[in-house]
Amino acid sequence: MIHPLRRTGFHRFDALKDISFTVERGEFFGIVGRNGSGKSTLLKCLAGIYGVDSGEIYMDGRVSTFIELGVGFNPDLAARDNVIVNGVMLGLSPREALARYDRVMEFAELREFEDLKLKNYSSGMQVRLAFSVMVQVDADILLIDEVLAVGDVAFQQKCFDVFNRLRDEGRTILFVTHDMAAVQRFCDRAMLIEKGELSILGEPSEVAARYVDVSFEASSQEEPEATEQSGDGTARLIDAWFSDEDGERVDTLRQGRECSFHARVRFEDEARDPAIAVVIENEHHQPLMATSTDWAQRRTGGFRPGDEAEFSVHLEMAFAPGRIYASPWVAYRGGNRIMDRRSRMATAVITGTHWSGGLVDLPHEVRFEAGGRVHQGTASV
Amino acid sequence: MSGSEAYSLGRPIKGPSALGSDPRRMLHLALTLAVMEFKLRFFGSVLGYFWQLMRPLMLFGVLYAVFTQFVKLGAGIDYYPAILLTGIVLFTFFADATGTSVTSVADRESLVRKVEFPRLVVPLAVILIAYFNLVLNLLAVLVFVLATGVEPRLEWLALPLMLIPLGFFAGGLAMLLSALYVRFRDVQPIWEVMLQVVFYGSPILYVIEQLPTVTLQHLVVWFNPIATILVQARHSLIDENAPNSWDVAGGWVYLLIPGGITVALLALGFWVFNREAPRIAEEL
Repeated sequence: MIHPLRRTGFHRFDALKDISFTVERGEFFGIVGRNGSGKSTLLKCLAGIYGVDSGEIYMDGRVSTFIELGVGFNPDLAARDNVIVNGVMLGLSPREALARYDRVMEFAELREFEDLKLKNYSSGMQVRLAFSVMVQVDADILLIDEVLAVGDVAFQQKCFDVFNRLRDEGRTILFVTHDMAAVQRFCDRAMLIEKGELSILGEPSEVAARYVDVSFEASSQEEPEATEQSGDGTARLIDAWFSDEDGERVDTLRQGRECSFHARVRFEDEARDPAIAVVIENEHHQPLMATSTDWAQRRTGGFRPGDEAEFSVHLEMAFAPGRIYASPWVAYRGGNRIMDRRSRMATAVITGTHWSGGLVDLPHEVRFEAGGRVHQGTASV
Repeated sequence: MSGSEAYSLGRPIKGPSALGSDPRRMLHLALTLAVMEFKLRFFGSVLGYFWQLMRPLMLFGVLYAVFTQFVKLGAGIDYYPAILLTGIVLFTFFADATGTSVTSVADRESLVRKVEFPRLVVPLAVILIAYFNLVLNLLAVLVFVLATGVEPRLEWLALPLMLIPLGFFAGGLAMLLSALYVRFRDVQPIWEVMLQVVFYGSPILYVIEQLPTVTLQHLVVWFNPIATILVQARHSLIDENAPNSWDVAGGWVYLLIPGGITVALLALGFWVFNREAPRIAEEL
């Protein structure tokens, strides 16, 4: 029987731990993290929506929080009333809100619809209205939580144009997002939160790279596809793995860095000049590269039962970010009869912030000539 | 920036509270929310305000028919219709303010979880809306009272003074109930039953002299601030021959009891709400 007064057990959960940072006036500061990492909780603490159990937060200037566009909007009220309610919620007095009404409607380009009830606005018009209230609130510090996820690309661009203008006017912007491209394009500095703790704070590009690493590390823990085995058993592949530039066995590889594939073979019977090969393919079963000892050297030597050998391929990781699989095999000389073949025996996730859309991202040079002027740039992953 | 005290850190962010740091902002917010809500009711449906007025009038019509035609409770009481309507309108204010307040904080979840603002704004706005309605309903009551042959008197000016303790009593309960409801959803059905008790425990359908014993009359006026206000409203507004609240209480000193209850509820309500305010956004 459940006792109505008995306390059910609970365990303590700290959503945020040991996070200290300072943002200067006029900075565009990004806060990134995976789902559930605590970044939105942090923003709500900064906004004063949640109280903190320990620690201190200081804000110098008027703060406006945009966790959601159009807080307090009511579909049955006309634009004017909604602008006032929203403005007052965001920290204006009713008089200030009313004084800004004209500018809000100009900016939103909704002047001709001002007498309509909000429910008759399209969702795009509602977003425009909400956004222009937010811009006209004149806060010194803006706390923004993925507000931009709602609009189309053109709207998002407009948002960032406005944010840049506000930043240039000396406003401070703290911005929570998943969008690494936005972080790198707009933020002056950024910070990554992982499981409630500060992981890295610094240059947006470093933070974005670390974020991608963290995200893929999590997905590389997932069960890779099962391997299949074939061959006559003269040799057995006993292990296969990827390693990073330091030779450490890893699950994730950074794009553009050196890395290696290794396979270990044990011979069960006598073998003469066997060939060892590997095919690396992506998650869509598209082969990305293949190589073999047959192509590198003519003879691998003779082996007796119980002998072991290691095969490795050293390369610079130029594949597009995503999961790769290695399928090694051992064959008799010439490569036609298989001793042992293991499909998808090793796997790794390639991380990188750059994704061009191609299967590989090779270092290359771009040249553009017009009217005698030459623009030139080197792209490397 | 530790150690560099010359550098201004700005103001500390302490998390949400009942009152916030700027009382003007609290008033602005409560007024804005109340006005918008009132607008919605007023212009929201075709007949708008008509329905706001019809609710107490319909209740009055039914009760009047029952208690004068079938149960002769109103027989022999001067101005019974006017007393009944006044009682219903004042009780409607109380029932509206407290009944709506119970779920008010939970209903405003989208605001509470998205913006920082003094949490007390929410029940305060509920009380304000109830006041707007009361003022309009009282205008209708005045017309009715005049139509039933009551002469206007100077004492009518005391009526607004009675609305203040009424609002305090409702406000204390509104703070208490809205804060408790966030944790205990049982508050809503409990309060619905309590409102029935208060309704029958107040001289609305009957007048105070009809209670069988003087002791019972004392007890009702002492421990039910609504009853005290209704007794006084009947005397001041409708029938100067009806007893004053202090006459019924057995001396004005005894009015300190309902007064004390009102103040105590206001303090308790604020204490509970203030204690819960920082956590409301997380508990919702």
